[in-house]
Amino acid sequence: MGMTLAEKIISMKIGRIPSPGEIVVLPVDAAMAQDGTAPLMIKSFEGMDAKKVWDGSKAIFVIDHISPSSNEGTSALHKMMRDFAKRHGVVLYDVGEGICHQLLPEKGHVFPGGVVVGADSHTCTHGAFAAFSTGIGSTDMAAVFASGKLWFRVPETLKINITGWMPGNVMSKDAALYAIGEVGADGATYMSVEFTGEAVSRMSIDSRMAMTNMAVEMGGKTGLIASDGVTREYLEGRIKVPFLEISADHGAHYADVLEVEAGKLEPMLSCPHQVDNVKPVSEIGDVPVDQVFIGSCTNGRLEDLEAAARVLKGKKVKARTIVMPASRETYLAALQSGIIEILVRSGCVVGVPGCGPCVGGHHGVPSPGDVVVSTTNRNFKGRMGCADSSIYLASPLTAAYCALNGKITVPE
Amino acid sequence: METLKGKVWKFGDDVSTDLIIPGKYKFKTIDLGELSRHVMEGADPQFASRVSKGDIIVAGKNFGCGSSREQAPLVIKHAGVSAVVAKSFARIFYRNSFNVGLPLVECPDLYENVETGDVIEVRLLEGRVESMGKAFYFKPIPGFLMTILQDGGLVEHYKKRGSFVWEEPIKSQ
Ligand code: SF4
Repeated sequence: MGMTLAEKIISMKIGRIPSPGEIVVLPVDAAMAQDGTAPLMIKSFEGMDAKKVWDGSKAIFVIDHISPSSNEGTSALHKMMRDFAKRHGVVLYDVGEGICHQLLPEKGHVFPGGVVVGADSHTCTHGAFAAFSTGIGSTDMAAVFASGKLWFRVPETLKINITGWMPGNVMSKDAALYAIGEVGADGATYMSVEFTGEAVSRMSIDSRMAMTNMAVEMGGKTGLIASDGVTREYLEGRIKVPFLEISADHGAHYADVLEVEAGKLEPMLSCPHQVDNVKPVSEIGDVPVDQVFIGSCTNGRLEDLEAAARVLKGKKVKARTIVMPASRETYLAALQSGIIEILVRSGCVVGVPGCGPCVGGHHGVPSPGDVVVSTTNRNFKGRMGCADSSIYLASPLTAAYCALNGKITVPE
Repeated sequence: METLKGKVWKFGDDVSTDLIIPGKYKFKTIDLGELSRHVMEGADPQFASRVSKGDIIVAGKNFGCGSSREQAPLVIKHAGVSAVVAKSFARIFYRNSFNVGLPLVECPDLYENVETGDVIEVRLLEGRVESMGKAFYFKPIPGFLMTILQDGGLVEHYKKRGSFVWEEPIKSQ
């Protein structure tokens, strides 16, 4: 019997074929904590009386959630991270470097066949590089920092097969939102979500990452995509291990399969206050929009900023529009290609690379009654820092059209 | 630890970590006393002031969905809640809860049969919840997680043993 992508990666680590439901212990290739989770990780690590970090080159801290800090309390937690990183030789990406899930692949910490854990739920993003990658909590992370290993339940796999190609106004985010609407917020709980099909093979790395990023919004443990030429092109020169092409076997057993015809997709919105409350943009009608956010580990990459700039070039936004590049590298590329200038001239506020408004800490907390269109991945009540605002999740293209017209708009 | 008896607080489906402890608080402090004053704030603003020691949360499906913040099970535990019984849990929340020493029970059948204020008894080792003389069954908690719970969470567990229970061969469930 063949193996799914998740089973294959696990088998490469344990040297035998794993079966879903089984508990396995895997060595970890990259372990990341960010400023929302690292302080508790440090507290747990020290509480355990653990003496040293197993391998400082594989242990990574990122200061991205409230970055730069907006208050004294947060600053003290950031300092705690810097001190720990120095003491234990942990890799630290400090303020302004970017969002953890963009930095890990950019800086070469992620490679096909690797096992990546992050004290952040969207760690599933790295499955776009055929790495077994999942979110864990701070104390689990302390265990990894102490021992370099962790237990996992071998997941069943849900396959999402996207055939054909998407219409011009549809982005991979729309495909992800559509799938979440079909599967539900808990439809893939504990499962690996494997994206396959012609559309996925043709997609850029940026587009693929937007989809694997959203796997956790259906409850998934990881989102996975086979590694191919596109992956190789991105990773070459970044990773220090040989590149591997890894894909699922023919005849692999899937717990469930969702077939999606890319050609039939249209721009989608996830409506307040549940990610799986998904509707086509065309069904929403005239809803005035107060704020738009383009950024995050879902859609803050170059391709996303480019899509927004194409819409906003030479025009003015009608809603408060905040743009945050996912990383310093993204920011620089967008600067050099003129994207940033287009966005600034159109009235957007361009902020430092980081999570920003996504998690409600600072840089764009909405006010009560505000309607927000955001390219992020969660619209739970209070997510952006105000429980009385409404958040719609959209593709960067849809978000840019909403910014342009000051109301919910179907992109052309 | 093996048998927990307490008063029920009932919540619905998809209670996210943002409802359990809003993100805006977690970046400012890791002081649990401070954070616990906001426990379940997004779902029931009265909860923090009314919950008492030993109470049990009963919820629908996908409890603890959303972010990986360990503050979520921590504040629930710190507020005195002795266990959460839900139809299902989000994956990271599930791991985190055992790591901080908060027992979780997946028992879908209980939900329709209790209301806030009822007193229930949860028997972790036997896989049974009792409510008003009726019994509801669940798959008992895996042995290695029970060991972590009995040690008082993962931190105490490692402190006590100098290694993790899963580093020895684990019997599959
Ligand atoms: S951008 Fe948002 S979802 Fe992504 S890591 Fe930051 S806070 Fe989390």
